[in-house]
Amino acid sequence: MKKMNHKNISVNVEYLTRVEGHGNIVVDVTNGVLKKCNLEIVEAPRFFEAMLRGRSIFEAQHITSRICGICACAHTLASVQAAEDALGIEPTDQTTRLRELLLDMEILDSHILHIYLLAAPDLLGVKSFVPLIDTHPKVIRRALRMKKTCNDVCDILVGRHIHPISCIAGGFTKLPHAKDLESMHSLLMGMQPDMDATVDLALQLKFPEFERETEYVGLVNDGPGYPLLTGDIGSSDGKRVHKKDYKKVTNEFIVEHSSAKYARLSRESYAVGALARTNLNFNKLCAGAKMVANAATYKPPVHNPYLNTVAQLIECVHCLDHSIGIIEYFMEHGIRQEELMLVGLNEKHNLPVKAGNGVGAVEAPRGTLYHNYETDDQGIIKNANCIIPTAQNINNIEHDMKSLVPGILDKTEQEITLALEMLVRAYDPCISCSAHFLDVRFEGQ
Amino acid sequence: MIKPKVAFFDFACCEGCQLQVANFGERLLDIIGSIDLVEFREVMSEKWDKNYDISIIEGSITTEHAMERIKKIRDRSKIIMAYGSCATIGGVNGMKNNFDLEDIRRYVYGKDYAFYPTIKTRAVHQVVDVDYFVNGCPVYQPEFIEVLKSALLGIPYHIPDKAVCVECKLNENVCMYDRGITCLGPVTKAGCNSWCINHGNICYGCRGMVTNPAENAMKDVIEMYHISLDLVMKKMDMYNKCRELDEEDES
Repeated sequence: MKKMNHKNISVNVEYLTRVEGHGNIVVDVTNGVLKKCNLEIVEAPRFFEAMLRGRSIFEAQHITSRICGICACAHTLASVQAAEDALGIEPTDQTTRLRELLLDMEILDSHILHIYLLAAPDLLGVKSFVPLIDTHPKVIRRALRMKKTCNDVCDILVGRHIHPISCIAGGFTKLPHAKDLESMHSLLMGMQPDMDATVDLALQLKFPEFERETEYVGLVNDGPGYPLLTGDIGSSDGKRVHKKDYKKVTNEFIVEHSSAKYARLSRESYAVGALARTNLNFNKLCAGAKMVANAATYKPPVHNPYLNTVAQLIECVHCLDHSIGIIEYFMEHGIRQEELMLVGLNEKHNLPVKAGNGVGAVEAPRGTLYHNYETDDQGIIKNANCIIPTAQNINNIEHDMKSLVPGILDKTEQEITLALEMLVRAYDPCISCSAHFLDVRFEGQ
Repeated sequence: MIKPKVAFFDFACCEGCQLQVANFGERLLDIIGSIDLVEFREVMSEKWDKNYDISIIEGSITTEHAMERIKKIRDRSKIIMAYGSCATIGGVNGMKNNFDLEDIRRYVYGKDYAFYPTIKTRAVHQVVDVDYFVNGCPVYQPEFIEVLKSALLGIPYHIPDKAVCVECKLNENVCMYDRGITCLGPVTKAGCNSWCINHGNICYGCRGMVTNPAENAMKDVIEMYHISLDLVMKKMDMYNKCRELDEEDES
């Protein structure tokens, strides 16, 4: 204990690796006292909200999809929802189901990438997936195969996974035919054995023990399904607000050390993402996903942020099951090709245009994502606001770090750094998205 | 045979083009087998402190810090490959150059905007010499393989300097202009196999303009279909705003 009291620790991780985007971790412990514990977002800001001003609402999906290469489909879905809300367009039942399928693929693809390529190397004690190619070839091949399957389904559904082509405000510019439905069905059914193997592998992984209860936020609704595409915004502290009132939830503020904006609701910080969603809506998961949770002794409410990776695994099982269900629905009922849309910049006035203020709120892989556009009567964007899941999580991650560090001061600087890196990676941060985030810098040596 | 040392670096971008690599599936292992991948921050913690044979650059240059960083990478690299629209033509980041930089910083970050320095968006070749270009937002995987093969063999890669329309016709799509909406296919570099139009959307010009765009023909089309010039110019600015900086260099 004596040694601990006088300890000086300086963690300085510049450009944290195996996360999407650029961020630093800076920790300064002087004489055993935690002086500084920050997650710095150093991503070059890209100013999407400012650039949208003056552009057509019908260009918003194409542009905002480019905010993030990993969650391009989630940005697309939030964008088209916001645009339709502003224009007063109600999506058809078919459009909604196809969008749910797209979001299932997005979450599955992103979670697989995170579990296998970004998180697993830490748990297996290597620096990246590259050494695993030689030591665990079957595992790496499986990961790449599963990821490719999600991509192949997206290729059929929307042209490609990264920056989807045919999912636009109003509906779809290309719709799957019977043979496309069969191809997607066969691809996803073929993924089942790999999913079973993924569950077996993930159940063997040991996660660090650490608990800090926080407020968990995500979409909630009164329907029977696990809410990902639509709903109100709910929290574990009992808040429930309409998506139009998202600013009452996010309450953004700026801090000097970060180009991301910070968020808080009922307490000093809140968390979004797979762990938050399973805490809020566990009972709505499919039976297979609940069985996996049971096998992992994962019993919500869960307060260990490292277990976000387990929550992701549970959601993978759910999304695969759910997506197959959607495709089977269409195999039975058929696709109404007459709903095909041709919009462009709405030159032919196929969609009604009016002044409006619309909000889109969807569950991206990393948590609730908001897009908000205000348009004039010509459909030109006057104001735009995009609030990204990681931006909401950063404040919560810092509070986790501050809670974690004092308890592990007896460990080496290297061990502390790894524990912090793993913590941040568990949130699967998407920094280029939040562009408004990671490298660990230990200061003050 | 010593495998070439290859590194990926990212600047201002969505990192989607890097992910296009992960999306190769098991074929990725064949690519990794033919090179020595020494740095790739998004998926690797390993770092390399010597020279690179090929540096693959994703993203645009948008801060003074990035200007210095790309120059250092250039100094340590035999070959620089600009990878994806943000790197090759500035891409969507270029839209920023339509605005007063102080105004956009203030719009996004409010009174504390001064914490967020930014400069005019530049494509990579507008700061350092570039040896190979892979266009597209995102990059078209078959083209990336062709360019990478050329770079590994040390031979030039010729980007087709014809319009997207050429590939679009071969794919038997009905022309968007005939369907009543505007499309940038006539002035945009081919090589993507008219990806977006095949899926019912329009061309947004993400691959950059052909060297000699058929301006008169484009004007005829604009007149024939009664399209406002302002609308088309704005469309050009979505990906191609940074070309102004090339013109400044020439003059």
